[in-house]
Amino acid sequence: MRLSFILNGHQVVLETAPDRRAIDLLREDVTHEDLLGFDLVCHDHRALEVKEGCGTGECGACSILVDGVHRLACLMLAAQLEGREVVTAAGLGTQADPHPLQRAFAEHGAVQCGYCTPGMVVAAAALLEQNPAPTRAEIRQGLSGNLCRCTGYVKIVDAVQAVAKDFAGEDSAEEPGAPCAENEGERP
Amino acid sequence: MNVLFPRTRAELFQTLAEPGARVLAGGTDLLVRLRSGRETAAALVSLDKIPELRGISETGGEGLGRGLRLGATTTHTELLAHPLVRARLPMLAQALSELGSPPIRNMGTLGGNTCTASPAGDTLPPLMALGAEVELASARPHGAGTRRLPLAEFITGPGRTALAPGEVLAAVHVPLPGAGWMQHFEKVGRRNALAVAVVSLAALLRTERGGTVAEARLAWGSVGPTVWRCPEAEAVLVGRRLSLTALGEAAAVVRAHVKPMDDVRASADYRRTVAGNLLLRLVAL
Repeated sequence: MRLSFILNGHQVVLETAPDRRAIDLLREDVTHEDLLGFDLVCHDHRALEVKEGCGTGECGACSILVDGVHRLACLMLAAQLEGREVVTAAGLGTQADPHPLQRAFAEHGAVQCGYCTPGMVVAAAALLEQNPAPTRAEIRQGLSGNLCRCTGYVKIVDAVQAVAKDFAGEDSAEEPGAPCAENEGERP
Repeated sequence: MNVLFPRTRAELFQTLAEPGARVLAGGTDLLVRLRSGRETAAALVSLDKIPELRGISETGGEGLGRGLRLGATTTHTELLAHPLVRARLPMLAQALSELGSPPIRNMGTLGGNTCTASPAGDTLPPLMALGAEVELASARPHGAGTRRLPLAEFITGPGRTALAPGEVLAAVHVPLPGAGWMQHFEKVGRRNALAVAVVSLAALLRTERGGTVAEARLAWGSVGPTVWRCPEAEAVLVGRRLSLTALGEAAAVVRAHVKPMDDVRASADYRRTVAGNLLLRLVAL
């Protein structure tokens, strides 16, 4: 099928199988040659920041925004992107001009191996869009579909909370690093 | 495998008539099963672009009281955001808030959760306790091609439903309990988010003045092939107040009747104990 959608602000048109997974398409296929007038222009918009962790919707590493909604690229098919607007972590900000969340993740040491980070940042952006002043518990809820196996979440929550405070302009939540219920793991 | 996006009912049934065509809703279950090779499809028919299958509307009258028609492709997030779901169906709202994770709730649909018919489907115990019915649409000419079935009859086994070939679940109808009904839902999983229920309990109780139970509808998830009801335990509670003694007796009856399974998440013994114990929470209602 001929697929047309917007990826991080760029109009993308390409030929694909309709049942190609969105994650594979975004990571591998979004490079194309365009005939602009008489010039053959090569566009490479491959979104390698969209990571595949589990491939079954349980880890959140492939989190993307589709028309502003937090979705998982491993559980979408190419045909479902038709006419939609997709934003990945690279679309939120760049190295030169990072999103406040990306800056906060770096400043708070919320990045270790980095594999979960693009998905985490997308999930956090979706959360703050809906709830600009979340409590710490609401941040944990909002990120509960994104697994990190390095940092233990405290610094990630700290980073999101710092940005939320900047947005809200005041203290919106409890003490950072409060020890209670910090681990999402087994219930007692 | 082609992916089709019919825009009307007529187009839907036309595309579904292709051999091997399957309905695609949110995809959170089906795409995982297809990719693993456990299931196959020649074509996927997405319900995404059919407006009448999505959204929440109020129904009522006909002596049946008010209710909600929950369109099959309404996502869990959309259901959770609806004021009437939150205010009048708190047991369903609680189950929805514990289902999957934010992105899964943004993608997954009520129709999908229902048709997947997992013993651990989080919305199913509350819907069963509430006496929900499913609205099934087909291309059949008579009766405008729509029939209704109680959810309890629709789900016939683990992963099995009464959906006929060419039929599509269009909506779930839920009556809104009146004043005097109390609702409770609790899910026990291995972790808080993205957990498949080990045991869950949905309880809908009507009490009279003085706190005596007049009617009790109890529905458990993950303790049998489908959502499990226990009329014997319900009978223990009727005519009594929700004291620890009464609830303890009902819990003993539950443990005597429930036949849970061992699996990777928990042993049958653990499930039997927890299935009874979850009733004790009702003392706080």
